[in-house]
Amino acid sequence: MTSPAPIAEPRETPRPDPAAAPALSIDGISHSYGPRRALIDVSFNVQPASFTALLGLNGAGKSTLFSLITRLFGIQSGRVGIFGHDISRTPGEALRLLGVVFQPRTLDLDLSLTQNLLYHAALHGISRREAAARSAELLARIGLSDRAGSKVRDLSGGQMRRLEIARALLHRPRLLLLDEPTVGLDVKARADIISHVRQLVTEQGIGVLWATHLFDEIMAGDDLVVLHQGKVLAQGPMSRVITEPGAQDVNTAFMRLTGAQTMPGGGP
Amino acid sequence: MSSITTRDAPRGFSASAYMTCLTGIVWREGLRFLHQRERFVSALVRPLVWLFIFAAGFRQVLGISIIPPYETYILYEVFIAPGLMAMIQLFNGMQSSLSMVYDREMGNMRTLLVSPLPRGFLLFCKLLAGTAVSLLQVYAFLIIAWFWDITPPPIGYLTVLPALILSGLMLGSLGMLISSGIKQLENFAGVMNFVIFPMFFASSALYPLWRVQEGSPYLYYLCEANPFTHAVELIRFALYGQINWVSLAVVAGCTIVFMIAAIYAYDPSRGLARRGPAGGEG
Repeated sequence: MTSPAPIAEPRETPRPDPAAAPALSIDGISHSYGPRRALIDVSFNVQPASFTALLGLNGAGKSTLFSLITRLFGIQSGRVGIFGHDISRTPGEALRLLGVVFQPRTLDLDLSLTQNLLYHAALHGISRREAAARSAELLARIGLSDRAGSKVRDLSGGQMRRLEIARALLHRPRLLLLDEPTVGLDVKARADIISHVRQLVTEQGIGVLWATHLFDEIMAGDDLVVLHQGKVLAQGPMSRVITEPGAQDVNTAFMRLTGAQTMPGGGP
Repeated sequence: MSSITTRDAPRGFSASAYMTCLTGIVWREGLRFLHQRERFVSALVRPLVWLFIFAAGFRQVLGISIIPPYETYILYEVFIAPGLMAMIQLFNGMQSSLSMVYDREMGNMRTLLVSPLPRGFLLFCKLLAGTAVSLLQVYAFLIIAWFWDITPPPIGYLTVLPALILSGLMLGSLGMLISSGIKQLENFAGVMNFVIFPMFFASSALYPLWRVQEGSPYLYYLCEANPFTHAVELIRFALYGQINWVSLAVVAGCTIVFMIAAIYAYDPSRGLARRGPAGGEG
């Protein structure tokens, strides 16, 4: 390997200490589409080796937030840090620690499973040989080794999601973002995906931010961020978010917080 | 594997990482193109219709005198072949750039743009990959044209390659700049009417410019100022092993300007936000 080309960074910025920094820090983020405000002063953290659920209805601003964290949109105000690396100032360092599963499918349907993984590895500058080894290993882990050469088009929805998660892990990120990853999946596939991601948290210490509007995907012990109409209404350990508004479960707590009349889809 | 070891990760990226990324993007684009046979066929049919029908019809109407780089009298088909090669690149450049900016390809632009490598470099790779696809189309066209008596010297097939790479990059960057900068041109029909047709017809693709000058001096100046004219002339000369320095300078200059402007103007939020509130899916 040749000497790494340094990425330009302002000199006054102290080098962040990744061990001390949260996996993800969202600090005072606001975002508008013209006159419409999609996010209003959003702040929260995701710790390493934790599962944080970002709970909100459709239109709450979850996807906008994801687009800001992944640098797809320019940040209008506030700050996003990934293990202390500012996404606006040192995007390269921040993005290499980040794996993402977007809500819409982003696989190449006509390419094989392996080809999809190799392409992603190339985008991260991982050499072909190393990429082939990691792809084989990840395909084995998600139980799709025997499908390595088939077209992605022939996979089921659940298999595609598993492949997308494998792809997001290919460059060994320390933070994983998933934007409503179980939408459109059947009960069995949903359960598989959820347990797989929870395993990543406990076994590999990955910090996970899981955006959802489905209450039953959240478990005791998770951290919870409730996002509604662009604002964070509550955040903290799940038990506290439930008990503070005097509720017994997430569903009731969410309704009390938002004043929502109708129960969102996926509630029990 | 279980502990968090971000501290010892090297900062920045090596030259080989950049190279891996570039080849990976071009490789994927090539694979996708091979899977899209309809796209390939339609990219070929368009110039072949011009060659087989239009040129055959106009062959008697337009007399072509001997002008460089040609050394003998040539058939009209031979004259318009470089123009049609550039046309292939024009369509390809506009099409692929449009899909980079608007949502058709947004899914895979997302995966591309979350790569930690610099965004400008990623977009450059993407433009280069689009150019590589146009090269496949152009060479397929040249093979068919060879059977139609368009037979440049064998070395011409090699010397035209750098010219095609440069013109492909120029047209791809222009397409990206236009689709990023002009909101009204968000569908291909708009681009056809307001970009492709004017550029193609006000150029030296179909007729030598001295003929245009006889008809209308103003149109002549317009053609001379059209970067597409210079792409055509660069390709025309290169196909016969020669360099048209003026065209080379214009095309190289335009490529640099268009590309920098296009990378600067590129804004993925446009393709996403357009679909509705909150980036489409809440």
